[in-house]
Amino acid sequence: MKERLVQLEVMRYDPEGDTEPHFQRYEVMCKDEWVVLDALNAIKESLDPTLAYRWSCHMAVCGSCGMMINGEPKLSCHAFLRDYPGVIRVEPLANFPIERDLVTVADDFIDKLKRVKPYLIPKEKKTLAEGEYKQTPAQLMKYRQFSMCINCMLCYAACPEYALQPKFLGPAAITLAHRYNQDSRDGGRDERQEVIATNEGVWECSFVGACSEVCPKAVDPAGALQQVKVASTLDWFKEHLLPGGSPK
Amino acid sequence: MAKSNKPIFWSLFAAGGTLAAFLAPVLVLLFLLAAWGHAPSVLSYANLHAFAANWLGKLALLGVITLFLWHAAHRLRVTLHDFGLRQDGRVALVVYSVASVGTVLTLLYLIRI
Amino acid sequence: MSRKPYVRPVSKTGWYFKHPRYLRYMSREVTCIFIGAFALLMVCTLERLSKGQAAFDSFMAALTGPWSALGLLVILAFAVHNATSWFNVTPKALPVQMGEEFLAGKYIIGAHYAVWLVTTVSVLLFAGVF
Repeated sequence: MKERLVQLEVMRYDPEGDTEPHFQRYEVMCKDEWVVLDALNAIKESLDPTLAYRWSCHMAVCGSCGMMINGEPKLSCHAFLRDYPGVIRVEPLANFPIERDLVTVADDFIDKLKRVKPYLIPKEKKTLAEGEYKQTPAQLMKYRQFSMCINCMLCYAACPEYALQPKFLGPAAITLAHRYNQDSRDGGRDERQEVIATNEGVWECSFVGACSEVCPKAVDPAGALQQVKVASTLDWFKEHLLPGGSPK
Repeated sequence: MAKSNKPIFWSLFAAGGTLAAFLAPVLVLLFLLAAWGHAPSVLSYANLHAFAANWLGKLALLGVITLFLWHAAHRLRVTLHDFGLRQDGRVALVVYSVASVGTVLTLLYLIRI
Repeated sequence: MSRKPYVRPVSKTGWYFKHPRYLRYMSREVTCIFIGAFALLMVCTLERLSKGQAAFDSFMAALTGPWSALGLLVILAFAVHNATSWFNVTPKALPVQMGEEFLAGKYIIGAHYAVWLVTTVSVLLFAGVF
């Protein structure tokens, strides 16, 4: 098993002492097959226990360890040291306030997820006795890709429109709304449209596509948002051109 | 927050963009050939006038020009926003006004021909 | 323990220089300037056409020359860039579901290129280029 000395430039910020963040360089012995998260853990264990960062599953399913690695939003458990031959620059996820070191304030993101009503609002309510809400595999495929989001916030870090307009609902939240809108069991589309068919909803998106490029789960939020634009546009025409508004 | 009225402009942008994707390169090529001194026969006064005098031709010209104008207007609105010009309301007014003027003029000239 | 979150500033005018993918996006978006310019050129052409043979002929004569050709070449480049970038993203905006599968993007994109070819050749034929 091969090892090499890896140098990391890690952004530090102590809210109780610092006025602004600064970089700290660490040098740590790493195994060849390690990821950046392993290097951070090695730093914390052997060099600097004060380094703060989030992580959990170490296998790219929990979405906790998102960071900027050489300027690119990545899951630190999914960034292999072998892909970074030089000094590795590690910063907190972009477009979010820094709480401490590599930990960001995720409140805005959580708020936005809640606002899109990310739960089934059944078309027809059934009692337990009436049985399950059934769905064919084809109906499942209509939204399955969009249900794969692990809420890692890499898309928000990549999105320049979110960087420029923090009120923007953002890729993950709108994709989550779309996931439910596309679900055959759901009847809550009208309610969600009130939230996402707004100027700070899907219409802040200009299809940069960076979100889909950085998504570790191939959710393709950019595609979801364009689909929401198409659907919202058809809605708009129905509401404004059909006599009596859109058919309910 | 109220639902946006961007869909109307976005649909013009999308229609115009699709049309421009398919047609703009060849149309520009026609003018480029003219610039190189080898104007295609459709760009002669007689042929172009005959085309524009025909109501189908008028419809085609109106459709292409107005959709290109509204596509460019909406995209420019967003692009100026991206370039840092953040007064979206004012920018929208200017770009859509230019597209409107272009649309009216196109109609006028087509009626005259 | 007191909280004092730090908000990193973002440049409103220089953000797109920070990553090549943003530059690629801007290059796609600025095609609208050239499409718009060409649309205005077409409006002018119509105006001259409506004024009669003399007006139209002198307009076309003014359009002949190296600078005009260069300008139109630049417009052509951006028009092509708009076309290719547009075709490439269409499958994302308009996915085609067939049963449990989705039609692979390459077929949708390929169909667009085919239509583009047919349209281009048809217009060139109609225009009397060949």
